[in-house]
Amino acid sequence: MEDSTILTVERVSKSFGGVVAVDGVSFHLEKGELLGIIGPNGSGKTTLVNLITGFVRPDSGKVIYQGKEITGKMPYKIAELGIARTFQMVRPFYQLPAFKNLIIPLYSPRVKKLRGGKYGERDDMAVDLLEEVGFERDSFVPYKMAASLPHGYLKRLELARCLALRPDLLILDELFSGMSMSEVASTLPIIERLNEGGLSIIMVEHRLKELFRIANRVIVLNFGRKIADGPPHQVMKKEEVKAAYLGSEGET
Amino acid sequence: MSVRYRKERLDRGIKARCEDIFALSSYREMLYLLLPRVLPVIALLSLPLLKGVVGLYWEKVLVVTCAIALLALSWDLMASVGLVCLGQALFFGAGAYLTGFLNHSFGWPPFLTIPLGTLGGALFCTLLLLPVLRLRGIYFAIVTLTLPLLLARFIETTKILGGNVGMSGLSPLPGIWFELYVPVVALLICLFGFRRLINEDYGLVLQGIRDNDRAVMSGAINIYKLKAQAVFIAGVAGAFAGAFMTHYYQFVGMPAFALDYSILPLTCAVLGGVGSFAGPTLGAFILVPLSEILRAFGTLRVVFYSTILIICVVGLPEGIFHYIQRKYHQFERLVEVG
Repeated sequence: MEDSTILTVERVSKSFGGVVAVDGVSFHLEKGELLGIIGPNGSGKTTLVNLITGFVRPDSGKVIYQGKEITGKMPYKIAELGIARTFQMVRPFYQLPAFKNLIIPLYSPRVKKLRGGKYGERDDMAVDLLEEVGFERDSFVPYKMAASLPHGYLKRLELARCLALRPDLLILDELFSGMSMSEVASTLPIIERLNEGGLSIIMVEHRLKELFRIANRVIVLNFGRKIADGPPHQVMKKEEVKAAYLGSEGET
Repeated sequence: MSVRYRKERLDRGIKARCEDIFALSSYREMLYLLLPRVLPVIALLSLPLLKGVVGLYWEKVLVVTCAIALLALSWDLMASVGLVCLGQALFFGAGAYLTGFLNHSFGWPPFLTIPLGTLGGALFCTLLLLPVLRLRGIYFAIVTLTLPLLLARFIETTKILGGNVGMSGLSPLPGIWFELYVPVVALLICLFGFRRLINEDYGLVLQGIRDNDRAVMSGAINIYKLKAQAVFIAGVAGAFAGAFMTHYYQFVGMPAFALDYSILPLTCAVLGGVGSFAGPTLGAFILVPLSEILRAFGTLRVVFYSTILIICVVGLPEGIFHYIQRKYHQFERLVEVG
């Protein structure tokens, strides 16, 4: 039992000056599982991601990753253990070519360790990684300035930045937001393939239709509380979830 | 209808601008790339040779200019990591005092005290700044502004290291050529060394910390370690300036922590252009001699100095170096309109 669980979140809470952002949320993630986290705006999804990845320290509760407690550790230590995350707002290094953006994770001690003490040719590795997330090598997209790339590419650049760390757990914070339908359609198979390759993934999403196609399980947050946990379509049938998304009868 | 013209600005072809094999296709293009790098080196190296022509006074100005330029480079390196420093005097003073102390107390020669003062001073500053590396922007700036003033008062009240009298009668530097060429060569090493460093992968990571430290942290990189390394490297440049000037003046005292050494490098960097290393150097070579020329005006000097500074900063907010660089890589032509 303990072995198949990669991440356990135990009753974590965080409030910002009286506003409770995350309120006693617990869940766990099996190895190789693709978990969706959904909820209306302001329900604490991103804060939950920040709590797991160390960017925000929880007021109470525990985060256990691969049997070790990582609550309140520095973000780079958590990343070094193999939890990679994307940011909702993309802020790449605009004045650099796309592939140079990946130099930073490729420079990390984790990559060096995984490659047996050698960094290798970072530029080549970066271009390979970008091809993996759908940057067409032949059209020189990896060599274009990040500033000149459309938003969908920047989002995938963000994904590649995570993959550069060769993570064991990938947390995607609204990867699809701001992507066009076709961009989402071309990114979905990439995530599916990563998941089939054994990578555990947590996806925070607003695009429910796409998420439900690939997620094994979703949890629903509302006002910082977990209100549902289960297979996608089962969860959406719950009255509480419907109310959270559509507003209760009286409001509409 | 009269023909109207519009000025069109074009960037030169990327071929000549990238440091690639294509750039070496002709002497013209080689010179296009090489001249902006070689000319300043030749100019700097030949300045000490003018000793007989301009007199010792201006040679002294050259040494001071180099010291300020080193501090400006040190400021620029820290700014490249996102650490806005208002206390370059900390580096200068630490290097100066350590060198002075080693020479005054143990009688060690400058060949030993300058390198030790440089490294020791940089290490001291890094350790001192270690707890505040987590601070960002204005908060870090305030701390660095305060530290040199604090150390100066500390030395004054505790009367250690000569108190407010300082330590005088230190060993002189061996020979005029040594005095003139060591700062010039040190400046060139720092200038080109820093430029190389910041363009390596290591430098890209450093700049990444400035632009988006959260993304760097989520890339499993310990940004505090890298910041400390950058502070040390910047500290070496700053502390060397202090260490050298101690033996140059044969004196070290509380002026080593003076506010001038914090503010002047910053002004040079802003005037010359932040982030290029060449900019701050250029800024120092404009501002320091300018301030000397204006001495003829007596008290009005500060008024003229400040006016020129304000005009430059308002007119060229990107910095003189960036302006020259842009113009160098552009050509203009007139095209007919309508």
